[in-house]
Formats: sequence, structure tokens, C-alpha cells
Amino acid sequence: MSVILVLLGFSLFVALVFLGAFIWAVKSGQYDDKYTPSVRILFDDINNKKESKKIKENK
Amino acid sequence: MVNTGIEKDTKIICYHCGEECKSDDIAIGDKYFCCNGCKTVYELLDQTDMCNYYNFESSPGVSQNNSIKRNFDFLDNISIKDKIIQFKNNNFSTASFFIPSMHCSSCIWILENLNKFNRGIIYSEVDFLKKSCSVKFKEEQISLKQVVELLDRIGYTPTFNLDKENSTNDYDYKSLYYKLGIAGFSFGNIMLLSFPEYLSLGDFQTDNLKIIFAYINFVLSLPVFFYSSSLYYLSALKGLREKIINIDVPIALGVFVLFIRSVYDLFLGFGPGYFDSLSGLVFLLLIGKLFQNKTYDTLNFERNYKSYFPLASTKIEYNKEFALPLELIKLKDRLLIRNSELIPADSVLMKGKANIDYSFVTGESIPVKCEIGDVIYAGGRQVGSNIEVEVVKEVSQSYLTQLWNHKAFSGKFNSELNNITNVISKYFTIVILLLALIAAVMHMHSYILALNAFTAVLIVACPCALALAAPFTLGNSLRIFSRQKFYLKNIDVIEKLAKITAIVFDKTGTLTKNSKFKAVFNGNTLSGIEEQIIKSAVKSSYHPFSQAIYNSIDNNLTFEVEEYEEITGYGITCSVNGNLVKLGSKLLMGNMINEEAAGSVVYISINDKVMGYYSFVNFYRSGINDLISELTKMYKLFVVSGDNENERENLSKIFTKNTELRFKQNPYDKLHFIEELQNKGEVVLMIGDGLNDAGALKQSDIGISVSEDINNFYPACDGILSAEKFINLSKFLKFSKYAKKIIMVSFIISFIYNIIGLSFAYTGTLSPLIAAVLMPVSSISVVLFTTFSVNFYAQKKGLL
Repeated sequence: MSVILVLLGFSLFVALVFLGAFIWAVKSGQYDDKYTPSVRILFDDINNKKESKKIKENK
Repeated sequence: MVNTGIEKDTKIICYHCGEECKSDDIAIGDKYFCCNGCKTVYELLDQTDMCNYYNFESSPGVSQNNSIKRNFDFLDNISIKDKIIQFKNNNFSTASFFIPSMHCSSCIWILENLNKFNRGIIYSEVDFLKKSCSVKFKEEQISLKQVVELLDRIGYTPTFNLDKENSTNDYDYKSLYYKLGIAGFSFGNIMLLSFPEYLSLGDFQTDNLKIIFAYINFVLSLPVFFYSSSLYYLSALKGLREKIINIDVPIALGVFVLFIRSVYDLFLGFGPGYFDSLSGLVFLLLIGKLFQNKTYDTLNFERNYKSYFPLASTKIEYNKEFALPLELIKLKDRLLIRNSELIPADSVLMKGKANIDYSFVTGESIPVKCEIGDVIYAGGRQVGSNIEVEVVKEVSQSYLTQLWNHKAFSGKFNSELNNITNVISKYFTIVILLLALIAAVMHMHSYILALNAFTAVLIVACPCALALAAPFTLGNSLRIFSRQKFYLKNIDVIEKLAKITAIVFDKTGTLTKNSKFKAVFNGNTLSGIEEQIIKSAVKSSYHPFSQAIYNSIDNNLTFEVEEYEEITGYGITCSVNGNLVKLGSKLLMGNMINEEAAGSVVYISINDKVMGYYSFVNFYRSGINDLISELTKMYKLFVVSGDNENERENLSKIFTKNTELRFKQNPYDKLHFIEELQNKGEVVLMIGDGLNDAGALKQSDIGISVSEDINNFYPACDGILSAEKFINLSKFLKFSKYAKKIIMVSFIISFIYNIIGLSFAYTGTLSPLIAAVLMPVSSISVVLFTTFSVNFYAQKKGLL
């Protein structure tokens, strides 16, 4: 029976960690803009591209 | 000779903005542009190695076709600058700009790479849904004005509105997320811990465990009871204080009874309590709230005249010019108004040639000429050279802006009180309390049983499904409407749409297309060559009349044009194929015209011989006849127009004989007309577009503004309808009625569940398990029913 209590305590702890993570995410503004980041991630970094171009040219 | 013309079989598309090019004159290599503005932007991007812009989407740019040179001198004014810059320290400043023309991923890319244009910009970040771009920059390297000018140069002109600075919304949505998160957390864990109870596994050891679980459930439900559901208590209290029983009253009552009964049961050892039902209920309700609170960040429904007026004007004093914030403009100030600037206050023309475009005010896009000494009204836009004016009325007291002092704008009435859910909840609460009392009386012999029955009724009748029916039905409808480019302020508007009895239309810009005309030629029949000559002459002019003439001539061959000159307010002179061509006003023709034609006309002369004139008629939107005949069956229709009676004949063809058509209505007349109708007991839907309709839109029960481009311009209203979808209006109205029916049916469904639940409550056999099953099942079945039936109807009517 005490095994169940230990597991219970542990599962509650894990759940609390996730709740904390959610609250932190809301607080830090991750739910402010639910669209733009999905587009932003697809952009290449300009600097890298320039450099790779230069490298190609040098070759 | 004729072969010098250009074949236009294939359309040339502007590489920058994707609009059709009139010719292939403007080009760099194999890339064509519709105008020099687009070409300039391309060159700028090319120089800074930013042509990646064109890789994400084809032709992502903003058309520079109608762009005008803007003056941002007012951004050097310290008081204005301080309002725009949000944060400032020794190293950098940040400012956030609202950029309406943002529309695709390329826009995001270029706006987030502003630092490539200027080293003074540290970084920039876009919030696409809010259409805002916040920029962090070093002021010693680049001033605020220069940042804005940079944005303007690449086609993303920000608009400024100093009134809009309220970030309370932000806080609201975050607190709802917190509440939802905590309720979800508790709900999940309590459900898990209640499972042994549901399966009623029973021996000595698990019984002990069950008690421990029940106490943990109690602890987990505390934040749900005290924090997550607090907004229902507040709303219920607020309602009661105003002597109104809103839907939150029975909800708050249910939650309270659930909690107290559960605590009572648990601590006196009667049972595990209803903590699972409590947390599940609150969780579901909060999801409904989230659904209901969907708003359109980019659309602001509360605009007043300040949103359209510039932040500042140029004042002239002792021969010096300086930017003066609008609220500091006083009587007798002398203002300099440049080409395409707005007149901020009623004033008298002192110097220069005024040619005022009142399209903001009246919806008429044909400019009006004014002589020195004439009064120019606020909201007009100068077209042509600079003028100087002297202010005769302060900004807030001007003819147009005075409209906002009317009581229609001050009253902040709460529409929520009359919505269907709240009307029903009033009776619902009373009936439930009565039923609970009856249940208690029936079990009078034992006060414990009586208390049990009393609380059980209140628990089981908690109107969760009732509270979810309207938000889900209407929230879903709102989404379907927005997909059809019909944006409503909130879900209450849909309910109100179902109640309207009369519709009042504005004419210009609503029934007709704004700034689009059909050119009709009057005079001698033109030969093919003459038509080609005229078409060539108007080819490169962006005046709406020129474009109308261009479109009216089918011949696709054009000639080279030389010595082209366009004089604002007068017309065009040029040489086509060696022929001298003049198009424009009577003055341009010299003494060649004896009788002036009525209305707005453009005269044509070729080699100083007057060929005749073009007159212009408004284009009615296509499909308008069907729409009106459809609407006539259901509603009383009226037309109020600021125009003269010229169009009466055309309008009466569209409307039935009984329709009242009013002309020459000023903004006040329109407002009063709506008031009159309301006094007769009509529920009025006003459909308009210009600032001149602002009063009527506000006074009406529902004001909807029709807009060609929802990012551009619309007065304060309850809904914004994209002009291209205007003919769908009757579908939207029918849909709103259907949505109301769906809500009624889901109310009936939720009542049926309540009756089932009550039968348990009356017999005193409401176990926590039954409560925990019944409540979510009723809510979920109502949500599923509304979602499916709304989508089904939308699909059937082609709205999805």
C-alpha cells in the first residue's frame, strides 16, 4: 500500500512540474503570438547564406 | 504606324506586388514592375542583398501604385515621439508599429531583417496576427522618424494611433490561461484518484486508500474552487448587484453547493464528495470561455475620428514651419497642408489651390475645388499643391468630429444582458431553487436527507450545458463568418442579427463600388484610331477617371506618348502619334466649350477639336438585385445617401416601390433617421462605409461597415464585411437565425439531461459517480451537437 502512496506522491510531483512549465510558458509570453513563430522557423539565416555563397565563390 | 502599339495578349504581372502591369515599360532585366514605386523597392532590396524576400512567396510586395509621399516630420516632435517610443535607455529605444499592409511570410521575413538596412536597428520582431512590428534601435544612429521612413520606403507604412494604448486585454487572456491550466491539472488528477471509487473496488485496505485519495482530491480542488472559478463569482455578484440574474448566478451557486456538500460529506465521513464533478465542470466552462473570447487582434471596432486623422499638422508661425500635435491646434492657427494630407479641423482657405477629396467624409471620391476664403471641412484630403489654411473651429468641434459628441457615442450600454442565455438563466435559476425546495420538503422527516436532496438538485441542475450552448454555437458561427470575410465584434452580435427587422443601406461604397466608375462617352462617335489615342493618353494616369476611361475602351493597341503632363485638378495634356491630346476639365479646353455638361465630366480634345466628353456613373455591385429582392421578403429596407437625387432612378429599379430612399442626408440626418426607426420599434441594422455613416452605425442596433480592404478604413461598428462578400449578406442573416434555433435545441437537450439528473436527486440516490458521468456527458453532447449542426448548415449553404 505504501508503494502506491510513494507513486502517488511522485505522479503528483511530475504533474506539478508540468503545471509549472505551463504557467511559466504563459507568463513568458509564449501564448501571445501563436502564429508568427511557426513561420519564422522556416527562414534561413541570411548571414549563413551569404557566407556559404562566399565559400562557393571562393571555390 | 499602328504597329508601334504593344500586343497585350499575355498579362504581365508585377514582380514586386503581383498586380497586372499596364505595359512593359518599367523593367529590370526580365523582371517587370507595375509602377516606379514597386521598382524602387525592388532596387532597394537588391542593393542590400535582400532579394530572398521574393523567394518565400511570389510577388509578396505591397502595391506602390497609389502610394503618395508621406511626411513624417511630426515624429520629430518630442511629445509625440515619447508617446510612440515604449522604452528607452542610454543604449537603445524600442517602439512598436502597427503595419496594416503586412500579409504574408515574406513580410515577416523582411520586417524581421530590418537591421540589414540600417546598422542603427538592433532587431525587429513581428507579431503577424496583431500586424505589429516592434523595433529596437539606437537613437544616436537612427531616429524614430528615419525608422518610420525606412518602413515606408519598403512599402510597410505604419499607422499611428495614440489612443489605442491599452494592454489590459493581454492580462485578461493570461489570467484565463492560468485558470484553465490549474483547473485542467486538478481535473486530471482528481479523475485519476476517483477511479477506484467509480469501480467500487472494496476491501479493507483499499477503503483506507480511498479515504486518503478523497483528502488529496479535496486539496487539489481548493485552487479550482478559490482561483479558477473566481471569475464566475465576480460576474454573478456583479449581476446580482445590478439586480440581474445572469447565467453565472446558477453556475456560481452550483459550484458553491458542490464544494460545500463535498467538504461536508468528506469530513463527516458520508462519502468521497463530488470533487471530480466540481473540477470537471469548471474546466469545461473555462474552455467554453476561451472559445467565446476569440477576438480579432488586428481589427479595432472602437475607432473614432482620431484613428484616421494624422497625429500632427504643420503649423506656420513667423514664416517657420513646425509639427504641432493635433490636440494643440487652436483657433486662428495657420496650417500648411501638403498634397494628400488630411485637413484636421474646419478651416478657411488662405493660400493656394485647394482641391479637396471628401471621400472620407461623404464617400464621394470626386474632388471638390475651393476658392480662397471658402470653408474647408475637417476630414477632407488635399489633392495637388500645398495650401495654407486658417483654423476656424477646433479639431473636436469641427463639423464632422462633432458627431462624436452625440449621445449615441457616450452611452456604453451592455448588450450582454439581453442575450438568450441570460434571459433563460433568470427563469432557470428560480425554477431550480423551487425544485430544490420541493425536494427538501419531500424529505422533511430527516433533516440530513432533506439537505441531501436539496443540494443534490442544485448540483445536478448546474447549467454547465446551458452555459456552453451559446458560446460554442455562436463562437463557431463567428469563425465561419470570418472565413467568409465577415468579422463581428463578439458573439452577441450574431444573436442580435437574428432579431433585426429593418435594414438601412448607405449608397456610395455600400451598394455601389467606391472610387470605381463606368465611363460613358457622349459626343461624336469615335473612330478606332481616336479611341486608341485616348487610351494611350490615359494609360499612365492613376486618377480614377483615367482608369475608368482606360477600361471602357476595348481596343488593346496603344501608341507611344510624348510630352505627357498631368495637372492635378485639371487633366492631362500630351502628344500621341503627333496629335495633341487634352483630357480634363472645361478650363483645360479653353474657350471651346459653350455649354457645360452636368455632373463630373472629362472633356476630350484632339488637335484642339473637342470630340465630346465622358461622364461617369457608379458601378453597382454585381448580384445586388438578387440580394435586395431576397432581403425584401424578410425585412423593411431603407436607403440613406449623402448624394443628390441623380441616382434615384437607378436605385428604384433595384428596390421595390415601397422602399424609402432618402438623399442629401448629412451624418446627423442619418443618425436621426435610425433613431426615428428605433422609436417606431424597429431593430435596425445599418450598413455603411464612410465616416459620414459613423453616427448611424453607432446609433443602430447593429452597425456593419462594408470595406474594400479590411486593413484600411472603417468607422466604429459591430462588424466589418469585406466588400467582395457583400452579396452574401442575406446568407449571413439567415445563418444567424439558424444559429439561434440551434441554441434553442441545445437548451432542450440540456434540460432533458437535467430532468434525468433530477430524478436521481429526488430519490436521494445521486452518487458521486452518477454526477461525475452525467455532467460531462450532457456538456459534451451539447458541444458536439452545436458544432456539428452549425458546420452542417454552413456546408449546406456553401459558407464553409
